[in-house]
Amino acid sequence: MTPISAVNDFVVKFANVNGSGSASANGMFAKSILRMGVPVAARNIFPSNIQGLPTWYEVRVSEAGWLGRRGGVDLMVAMNPQTWDQDVASIEPGGYLFYDSTKPLPATRFRSDIQVLGLPLTAICNAAYSDARQRQLFKNIIYVGALAHLIGIEQEVLETLIREEFASKPKLVQPNFDALRMGREAAAEMLKPIGLKMRRSQAVGDRIYIEGNSAAALGAMYGGATVCAWYPITPSTSLAEAFTAHCQEHRIDPETGEARHAIVQAEDEIASIGIVVGAGWNGARAFTCTSGPGISLMQEFVGLSYFAEIPAVIFDVQRGGPSTGMPTRTQQSDILLAAYASHGDTKHPLLLPEDPAECFEFGALAFDLADRLQTTVFVMLDLDIGMNEWLCRPLTWDEGRRLDRGKVMTYEELEAGKDFGRYLDVDGDGVAYRTLPGVHPSRGAYFTRGTSRDPYARYSEEGPVYVANMQRLLRKFETAKSLIPAPVSRPAKRRTPHGVIYYGSTTPAMHESLHTLEQQGVHLDALRVRGFPFSDAVMDFIEAHETVFVVEQNRDAQLRTLIMVEGEVDPAKLVPVLGYDGSPITGRFITDEISRRMRGLTRSPVPQVAE
Amino acid sequence: MTYITKPRLHHPLLAPNALGFTRRDYEGKVSTLCAGCGHDSISAAIIQAAYELDLPPHRLAKLSGIGCSSKTPDYFLGNSHGFNAVHGRMPSVLTGASLANRELIYLGVSGDGDSASIGLGQFAHSVRRGVNMTYIVENNGVYGLTKGQFSATSDPGSKSKRGVVNHDQAIDLVGLALQLGASFVARSFSGDKDQLTPLIKAAISHKGAAFIDVISPCVQFNNHVGSTKSFDYVREHNAALNRLDFIEPREEITVDYAPGEVEIVRQHDGSILKLRKLSAEYDPTDRISAMGHLQLHQARGEVVTGLLYVDPDAKDLHDHLGTVQKPLNQLGDAELIPGPAALAAINDSLR
Repeated sequence: MTPISAVNDFVVKFANVNGSGSASANGMFAKSILRMGVPVAARNIFPSNIQGLPTWYEVRVSEAGWLGRRGGVDLMVAMNPQTWDQDVASIEPGGYLFYDSTKPLPATRFRSDIQVLGLPLTAICNAAYSDARQRQLFKNIIYVGALAHLIGIEQEVLETLIREEFASKPKLVQPNFDALRMGREAAAEMLKPIGLKMRRSQAVGDRIYIEGNSAAALGAMYGGATVCAWYPITPSTSLAEAFTAHCQEHRIDPETGEARHAIVQAEDEIASIGIVVGAGWNGARAFTCTSGPGISLMQEFVGLSYFAEIPAVIFDVQRGGPSTGMPTRTQQSDILLAAYASHGDTKHPLLLPEDPAECFEFGALAFDLADRLQTTVFVMLDLDIGMNEWLCRPLTWDEGRRLDRGKVMTYEELEAGKDFGRYLDVDGDGVAYRTLPGVHPSRGAYFTRGTSRDPYARYSEEGPVYVANMQRLLRKFETAKSLIPAPVSRPAKRRTPHGVIYYGSTTPAMHESLHTLEQQGVHLDALRVRGFPFSDAVMDFIEAHETVFVVEQNRDAQLRTLIMVEGEVDPAKLVPVLGYDGSPITGRFITDEISRRMRGLTRSPVPQVAE
Repeated sequence: MTYITKPRLHHPLLAPNALGFTRRDYEGKVSTLCAGCGHDSISAAIIQAAYELDLPPHRLAKLSGIGCSSKTPDYFLGNSHGFNAVHGRMPSVLTGASLANRELIYLGVSGDGDSASIGLGQFAHSVRRGVNMTYIVENNGVYGLTKGQFSATSDPGSKSKRGVVNHDQAIDLVGLALQLGASFVARSFSGDKDQLTPLIKAAISHKGAAFIDVISPCVQFNNHVGSTKSFDYVREHNAALNRLDFIEPREEITVDYAPGEVEIVRQHDGSILKLRKLSAEYDPTDRISAMGHLQLHQARGEVVTGLLYVDPDAKDLHDHLGTVQKPLNQLGDAELIPGPAALAAINDSLR
């Protein structure tokens, strides 16, 4: 078997035990590649556990800029005996296995079609360190040093990263340099060169490397959120924690040191959304962040927000369901739950960001939309975007951008005698004016309730009054269509009757798959949906194609269902492509699925059109 | 019925308060509760308290959950914003509202089903966070709107109207509030407006979580022999600790009492709580002994009423969070958005 040979285009996977301190060493490995100007996509695959269970870190190096998971492993760094067999099995033929050879293993534990790189890491550590924790932590740095030698990461780049990492603990800098060097020297001495190589490039550009949760939290801060109420749940916890950190940095009154924000860790998700609804009712921008189980608990309040028309923002960082499901694995399986949350006839705007840059943009936009539409707006992240660092375009904010507070009747307007009906559709867009408590001594007060009422907020159970209100809420949802970010179209190079719809974290894998399919002669017009309710452009796209694949990371093709129901689309036209095993969908998977189905489509050949 | 409009004609002898409002200006819609319901007396006490405090009605927000008691905010303070939220979840909504604008007064009205059953968790957590609020539970020991099921505050041994005996232990909200760190705790009786009104005034003036448990008999489903929440039972077993006179900051206190008979507590806003002691040994600023006293007398079947506990220097949630004095809902773009330059620096730190 010929060893794999590749420059700036390969996959390295680290198999570790969680709690062993490997995360920061692995992170440094990924970042050093970025600093050499080569794009990486790195993903943590971890258990719902703090110490002792298997965890993986997959680094895709791609000068071409493919940031989705590719599938397969070219270099496995097998540091976890528990998962040895599956780790060895996952290596591509001709790939490399790097392992700790201190304890000899029988030949039967290896494969004949891979290259084995054994380095006695434990022995090296035991000789160099006497402290048990040091032995464990520096082992990680030593293997990074060895890998750096093997694939050609510049020592200078790693040393800079170590200086940055330990800026506040300079004493740790030299010992880490030493460990790196130890690894390099051992690899130079004991291992043969391998076919995977790094070469300095300019392919990263000005892009940044950030977790979606942190970017979404920045979006909330720039979007003017002042109240955050939350309850810890993976994978959304780091969003609230990032918001806390960002606010500590940027939202403190410079003169008094007081907080221009209020963050409450509530007793559960119900209280979290209750606090958000109370704050939204009272005119503060408020949000909660949670995952599927939390959305389940919030249903009643989301219905209240819909019917009583109170702005609220929920960041749903989706994970594998149902029930406790796969709490540390990724899925896009809350689409229907969020779109139709609560009892009775309800529907809610959703935003579907593709990467951290859109987490920031949509995170800020969600608050404008919630105020303009006076309802709950969901921002649908998932674990893959939320908890992994992604390479994305820099975050931007226009100097003159103002927060859009929507229709709030002021003291002056009330004083001037402007007619105030809390649920009165004065503009024909379904959105009524609201007042904030305390605005005027004698005008504008009203009673907010989840029960039926007339346009002047007076309790009413009369059928026509109820129906008129429900129809107005539909008009408001129609208004929402024009405010939701439009879908992004990627037309095929050739005219084709086939299309594909995708969204969220599937995007990078989809783009790679489109490229591969095109090389195979399969042409697809692609449309990335960015929100719900769907704009007419989504339905026009479907109308314009014979077959439209809908690629998602859930079992039940939830976005497809939503499109079918809301657009009254013939189900036969929408072909689901579903990857939902909990690991981020790969380009290879999408390509294989679409190719297979294209072969099965018994239609006449695509007519060739002169270009 | 709410669709009946109250006549706006005012009695010429109605006296205006310092703001020029009469008592009628603090009223709401016509109550839809049963004739004789204890809850209506509580609404009347709230109206009286707001009138006597010279409260601008729009500076108070009234919030409630679901149930008979939670309907009442529609029947008082018609010029205040009101929010009839979700069953058992008023405390979280009130917490959010309070975070958004610390300058308003927040009055939470709830019932025993709303706060002791479905909403026990939210009751507990809003109290332990020290949300600046007046939290009134209109406690009748029964589910009225669904026609007479026991609630979690029904005493063991008490009998329903249909003759069923309750065997479950009662949740004592006052005891819980004390344990959870409420900084103002009182119990009263809807049939004793003279006791209740000054308690509400003191609670509204209090900074921190103020809780008042008001026994409020349900004339329809829990006012019979065998009930421990009937008018007759509460009157017979009422063990009042003190009578409160609430004195506003601007009023002068006249010392006209013998030592040991009256206790004076000065709250953070300067208001004075003048307590005429009915139980000589009782010290309402001692939380631990308050809990002991309560347990002892409850075990004897007595209904202890009055101001049970007050911490006049309590801190509230905003103090704990260190939030700015300006209400969060009034912060402008410049105070909220760090701007493009800060974002450029953030980008730089992520490369």
